[in-house]
Amino acid sequence: MKLPPGQYLTEDFPVLTAGPTPRVPTDTWEFVVVTEAGEKHRWSWAELMALPSEQPTVDLHCVTKWSKLGTSWQGVSLDVLLDGVDTAADYVMVHSYGGYTTNLPFEDLRNGQAWIAYRFDGEDLHPEHGGPARLLVPHLYLWKSAKWVRGLRLTDEDEPGFWESAGYHDYGDPWREQRYQGD
Amino acid sequence: MDLFSDEYTDGNALAGPLRELFTVDMTSAVGRCVSCGGEGPVAGMKVYAQAPGLVARCPSCQEVLMRLVRGPSDAWLDLRGTMSLRIPMPPE
Repeated sequence: MKLPPGQYLTEDFPVLTAGPTPRVPTDTWEFVVVTEAGEKHRWSWAELMALPSEQPTVDLHCVTKWSKLGTSWQGVSLDVLLDGVDTAADYVMVHSYGGYTTNLPFEDLRNGQAWIAYRFDGEDLHPEHGGPARLLVPHLYLWKSAKWVRGLRLTDEDEPGFWESAGYHDYGDPWREQRYQGD
Repeated sequence: MDLFSDEYTDGNALAGPLRELFTVDMTSAVGRCVSCGGEGPVAGMKVYAQAPGLVARCPSCQEVLMRLVRGPSDAWLDLRGTMSLRIPMPPE
């Protein structure tokens, strides 16, 4: 077993949140991708459920230094969702219900690296862990895996999100220990 | 314990971290919210501390008033949600 530098192993699943936990009913939930040209692509909950899903088992690394290994999820790959989206964007701003944002390069959402996850450990994803659905992008620190995900805005320019504008690293690779700006 | 309780505390949780940055007690400073215009002491903010940094929210409208991130050798203070902070001072 190998952990990224500075991390320790935990068996439980700590709950971190920057604000009140949104309760988003699935009958009003939607996921929206807006391209750099302003083109919108929307999925209702039923439409998300109708897409082919995957069951990735991944390691999670939180910037507060805990790591949780071998977590089991179910969700739709971003490769599926972005398949019909016409874009040449280089960056993405992820938006959540409740107002949270986080930014990352567009390429980090492609090629089997990211999912819209709605089940954890065989159960529907609890609101405290980001349900009904969260972004899961486990090769970056967990603040990039936005809970209560609502949509993606595809952009040509990189902009800092909620934590990235308050001292945290723009990219957040746990294996390079990119915790803070300048790391 | 309610599994889904929102775990926040009051703004007195900011006393120590802000004491690192300012030489006066900031918990009695009165902030004005950019979002709703509401006024109140720092001690009355809703502080979410189970996070990568401290997030202080307006008790009226829930918008973010202050973010404080403490790295090993730097602190970042984001006050864009606070229009002003009225800080009690000793008489000149």
